[in-house]
Amino acid sequence: MAHHNLSPRQYTILGLVALSAPLGDTCLSRGMTTLPAISLTHPITLIAAVFTPWIALGIALLIGFFASYLTALSWADLTFVLPATAFGNVIVALFARFWLHEAISGQRWLGVVLITVGVGFVAHGPSLTVQPLAIDSATVPPAPEAPPHALTAESGLEKEQVR
Amino acid sequence: MNLPVSAPGFWAATAMIACVVLCSTVGEVLTAAAMKSIGDLDDIRAHSGLKGAIRAVITSPLFFAGVGFLALAFFSLLFALNHLNLSLVAPAAASLTLVTNAIAGKIFLKENVDRRRWTASVLVCIGVYFLAH
Repeated sequence: MAHHNLSPRQYTILGLVALSAPLGDTCLSRGMTTLPAISLTHPITLIAAVFTPWIALGIALLIGFFASYLTALSWADLTFVLPATAFGNVIVALFARFWLHEAISGQRWLGVVLITVGVGFVAHGPSLTVQPLAIDSATVPPAPEAPPHALTAESGLEKEQVR
Repeated sequence: MNLPVSAPGFWAATAMIACVVLCSTVGEVLTAAAMKSIGDLDDIRAHSGLKGAIRAVITSPLFFAGVGFLALAFFSLLFALNHLNLSLVAPAAASLTLVTNAIAGKIFLKENVDRRRWTASVLVCIGVYFLAH
């Protein structure tokens, strides 16, 4: 059974996933470019960078992204959630054009259209793949009164090893 | 180009971006596998509360393995951003990660990456590239 319909709450979580990641990356970039060059011979300076304001704000946004992302992954496929994260680039481009009044080239508008179409493709498909458990249970009839966890392949193997 | 330091060579830039993409892909696949094994967080939260949902996540070894690789990807990204422009690192890493995750999702997570998802991955990949250049 494929899950086609997402609830408004689930769409909100996908929206948070899309928006917080590019904003966090932008804060990280602003913070890192103001720092002196970091060498691999002094990796501890990367840790110190975490406590600068822009990097800290970027990390806070990325923590929000991660919480939303984990929630989304619990009810949708990785290959369904990831294109949604790319939709954040479209949101940032629209902010830049209509809020900051930045010029957006034709090539960038083409990028916006391609990402929107790509996300639309995924969004109209099932959000979750059903694992082949249904096939196994169809070919091998489950024992009567078996507990639910006995249907998994791992628990079946464990049972065999115990015997 | 307004690079913060002297620009690294082609292979050094490629290695930095490849490191971000590889760590990110491994981390995301492990995290996705962990979340699938845990189950729907909304259901867990409705049944056991927020503490129950947090406990379910932080007691998963796969989750910590995934977070470890995502942390590596994060510090690789910081290192790359210190040497390369955001307009190069962000789109290159984001678009390549989409494709590598589609491949890894099909192989390791057994996700149904059908023609629709491949098309979406490629369209988004090209779109991210155009948007950043």
